[in-house]
Amino acid sequence: MANDPIHQFQLNKLIPLEIGGVDISFTNSSLFMVLTVASATIFMIWATSGRGLIPTRMQSLAEMSYEFVAGLLRDSAGSDGMRFFPMVFSLFMFVLFANLFGMIPFFFTVTSHIIITFALSMFVIGTVVVYGFYKHGFKFLGLFVPQGIPGLLMPLVVAIEIISFISRPISLSVRLFANMLAGHITLKVFAGFVATLTGAGALGIGGAILPLAMTVALTGLEFLVAFLQAYVFTVLTCMYLNDALHPNH
Amino acid sequence: MFITNAWAAEEGAHQADIKLGADANSNGVTHSETGTPQGGDHGGAFPPFDTSTFASQLLWLAITFGLFFIIVSRVIVPRVSDILEVRRDRILRDLDEANRMKEESDAAIAAYEQELAQARNSAQNIGNTARDAAKTEAEAKRAAADSELNKKLVESENKIAAIRTKAMGEVGTIAKDTVSEIVKELVGSSVTSAEVSKAITLVSK
Repeated sequence: MANDPIHQFQLNKLIPLEIGGVDISFTNSSLFMVLTVASATIFMIWATSGRGLIPTRMQSLAEMSYEFVAGLLRDSAGSDGMRFFPMVFSLFMFVLFANLFGMIPFFFTVTSHIIITFALSMFVIGTVVVYGFYKHGFKFLGLFVPQGIPGLLMPLVVAIEIISFISRPISLSVRLFANMLAGHITLKVFAGFVATLTGAGALGIGGAILPLAMTVALTGLEFLVAFLQAYVFTVLTCMYLNDALHPNH
Repeated sequence: MFITNAWAAEEGAHQADIKLGADANSNGVTHSETGTPQGGDHGGAFPPFDTSTFASQLLWLAITFGLFFIIVSRVIVPRVSDILEVRRDRILRDLDEANRMKEESDAAIAAYEQELAQARNSAQNIGNTARDAAKTEAEAKRAAADSELNKKLVESENKIAAIRTKAMGEVGTIAKDTVSEIVKELVGSSVTSAEVSKAITLVSK
């Protein structure tokens, strides 16, 4: 029980709430969403409070994250994609801070729940679809009709394009969710070995060195994954937004 | 601390949950070690797939992320882009200023070079003029001295010639006198000057 690797993903009601029979309690997940948003906001505002011409370290960090996301968006969606910058930047900062919060022991990982990552990716895809139809009307459907395909293959290619488009929110959400979930479970399992082995006497303590080393290494890897998944989520968001802006690829 | 009690919504035991939440607060971390009554849930619902928690998660995500989105688009993005814009403008302005100053210094250098060339030219001119003037003057003086000398030379030559002519003219007389004297001494008689002249002419032939 103590080493149950699934336990860390459980939700507890901190403030139970219920409206119309629907449970909307303020949970540990909600608390960490609030913390994520608060710390990201405080970081960005406090770091830039000097508004220095020559940035301080913190301001430089804030500017770097801004320019990093702006560079990603401009590279994949062009300069007219910059209208989506606030959205992409919020997504990046939210996912990054949520992932990094999850790395602190005893802290809850917001992004380890599929419903959260799925909601975020539906937000992205929803924006793509709504903006695509708003901007291009029915020409947006040209997204599913690549140019230079012989007529005979067309139905097949269009079907593939539609399936790949529909699978985007699923792959986008499952990628982030599964990475965070699997990483945290692995970490917990190896850390659990250390605890179990040290309880088994002198030999066990000697044997615990291996899983301990593994835990340390995995912690480093998980920090990388935390950043990398936020990055991947952002890059894919930018590419999907590019489809909304320029459906005729 | 935050990962203590399982949701246990399917049991509908909300009251119990509240109590457990309070327990969690009082017992702290140790609570996760002691094992929770709803341990049996784990087999039933893997927490990420427990649909009973979805409504709450979605609602709080919408609230927090929505708020964050508004803060980002209203405050953070304008703020950071403003800082970056100001910096870019400043750098461009500084570069322009530097270019302008460089042009100015180039112009100053060119003006200096031109002035220098001009000064050199005029110095040369002045030198040339002075030299020419000095040369002409010297030439004139030399010419004057030359002509003076020539005049004096001619004068001297004339004088010499006159003296010589005079002297030559007098030589005859001297010779005549000398001859008449010599003859007078030798012969003891005087001879006429006509005879002497005749003799001299004969001798000198």
